[in-house]
Amino acid sequence: MVTSTSLVYLIALPLFGAAVLLLAGRRSDKWGHLLATALSASSFGVGLYQLSQMLARPTEERAITQKLFSWINVGTFNVDAGLLLDQLSICFVLLITGVGTLIHIYSISYMSHDENRRRFFAYLNLFIAAMLLLVLGNSYLNLYVGWEGVGLASYLLIGFWNQKPAYATASKKAFVMNRVGDMGLSFAIMIAFATLGTVSFSGVEEASHTASKAALTAIGIMLLVAATGKSAQFPLQAWLGDAMAGPTPVSALIHAATMVTAGVYLIVRSNFIFDAAPTAQLLVVIVGAVTLMFGALVGTAKDDIKKALAASTMSQIGYMVLGAGLGPAGYAFAIMHLLTHGFFKAGMFLGAGSVMHGMNDQVDMRRYGALRKFMPITFATFGLGYLAIIGVPPFAGFYSKDAIIETAFNAGGLKGILLGSTALLGAAITAFYMTRVMVLTFTSKERWEENQHPHESPLLMWLPMAILAIGSVTTGFLFTRGHALVNWLSPVVGEHAEGEKVLLQPMVVSGLALLAVIIGVGIAIAKYQLSDVESVAPQDVSIFTKIARKDLMQDSFNEAVFMRPGQALTTLLVQGDEKVIDGAVRGVAATALGAGSTFRRTQTGFARSYAALILIGAIALIAAIWVVTQ
Amino acid sequence: MNPYNYLYVAGLLFTIGAVGVVVRRNAIVVFMCVELMLNAANLTLVTFARINGTLDGQVVAFFTMVVAACEVVVGLAIIVTIYRTRRSASIDDASLLKR
Repeated sequence: MVTSTSLVYLIALPLFGAAVLLLAGRRSDKWGHLLATALSASSFGVGLYQLSQMLARPTEERAITQKLFSWINVGTFNVDAGLLLDQLSICFVLLITGVGTLIHIYSISYMSHDENRRRFFAYLNLFIAAMLLLVLGNSYLNLYVGWEGVGLASYLLIGFWNQKPAYATASKKAFVMNRVGDMGLSFAIMIAFATLGTVSFSGVEEASHTASKAALTAIGIMLLVAATGKSAQFPLQAWLGDAMAGPTPVSALIHAATMVTAGVYLIVRSNFIFDAAPTAQLLVVIVGAVTLMFGALVGTAKDDIKKALAASTMSQIGYMVLGAGLGPAGYAFAIMHLLTHGFFKAGMFLGAGSVMHGMNDQVDMRRYGALRKFMPITFATFGLGYLAIIGVPPFAGFYSKDAIIETAFNAGGLKGILLGSTALLGAAITAFYMTRVMVLTFTSKERWEENQHPHESPLLMWLPMAILAIGSVTTGFLFTRGHALVNWLSPVVGEHAEGEKVLLQPMVVSGLALLAVIIGVGIAIAKYQLSDVESVAPQDVSIFTKIARKDLMQDSFNEAVFMRPGQALTTLLVQGDEKVIDGAVRGVAATALGAGSTFRRTQTGFARSYAALILIGAIALIAAIWVVTQ
Repeated sequence: MNPYNYLYVAGLLFTIGAVGVVVRRNAIVVFMCVELMLNAANLTLVTFARINGTLDGQVVAFFTMVVAACEVVVGLAIIVTIYRTRRSASIDDASLLKR
């Protein structure tokens, strides 16, 4: 495999920025955001250079590696800190640094009134570095370092405004739920080391051909647990909605475009494990299908624009996980949807940020309306992202989502029909809730609070939105032209045998998907555009709406099943500690004290009684000797 | 003369001394009783030396006398000091070490 010496710059540049900004402190307040943006952009530049180099090489030599240093060297267990850039990683590198740079630019303006802007940019750079390490690591252990790094950056950025207790709680919730997933990843690494003896991607791939199915299934399930945590998939999805406490650019970058897709990356990267472990793969599709419906249903009930988009993100990542669980047929489509989603969802989040910017940080969509006239550029860019996510041809989401629905239908048998129908129904609900967001925000009547003066955002904010909107329009077409992305990724994720029996032809699936979209859009328009919307959410709603507003009871469930018993367990342990362990220690001390105060009475201080005791002792001794020697 | 008679005398002296130490309160008397016990031991040593026909016991008796002389010096000094501060030579009054 080709080795390189320049891969490390991808990570080192943003890491350097984070270090400088955090160590220089307030002195870098004036230029910190510019440095961070420049370093992110230069990392993107290195990524583009690597892409051009990669394109110049023949297909089998495209993957390149770089060994940084020998990390762990114990007996037969050797792990190098090494980087691997192949056809899969480069997609992520360009998405992370590209979208990341745009969001840096956006944040310069969005965060300009925040006195901690420099710290914000330091964390953003830290995130970029950690995310790049995640996708560039050449072993599960290196990936794990990046995996924890993005968790840390996510925690710091969700709680960026931690002076509000609710936001601080949200960041803790995200961190704790992510830890549950991280535990899955560490278990997967341990099982891989115990059964396969290696943790590098190439080593595990080689060993997976001969390894036992049970071991591979265990690794696969643990990797799935890790993916559900990081990607907010069922059953570890509850943190994503609260994560919207972070500043909007964070939601766009971390909780829409990049970090939450790390789970999909992990599954696609571990394709050799899942291909050899059908049980784990089946669980992957189940998780994906459940989550895509879960997110979509939650999305229909949310009035907070960011939470509606967060639910949508959850649902769309459900599509990706579903695609990734469909085997070689779906890996490339999962990645394609991930990339197009990165564009249109980041763009829509930035649009939401722009709306909030113009509406005094109001997030309740019932207090929006008619913003089309006041924010034409935001409306246009958001609208293009909207058309992309609901899957209107020829926008990006049409190509990627359609491909996943089609692959799901063709998965074979009852499983295919179930998965395909779920994905299709999800598409209809997606169209419904996204149209709801669009209508409530931009086209319905004004329902503003008093003293609102909506205005268009400055150039630095709408330019990244415009670029992302262009991406939402074009990427789908570019990726599918001549199966470009599928062919590009095939050396990593494996070829999909063509010519299998298909259940539904592509044209039929597209037609069904379009029909679903039209139904969803139609219901939403009838409900929100053509009839009046109340500016306060009505309370006399059906039980289903109430449950959906509460995120399908996810928090109540977690609280009842995990939190309360966990608290009871800790209380029990604390009491055990205090009563049993501390009690034993205190008991020993009390016994010694009591014995002391009892025996102290024998010390009278009278010399004559001591003398008498000595005498008695001496006589007893002599008597004993006499008895023994007789 | 039967040398064992000396041993009986020594035993009697020792017993008188021991009983005196235990029952008398006056520090001077207690002190004298201790001397009585020491001399009883000395008498025993000398007697056994005579019985066994060796000099070991005689030598040890000299050591005992030297130690007893030193002890008298220190002990009487302590008793006098206690009497000066507490106006009492009763051994039971000097029980300050119990607490």
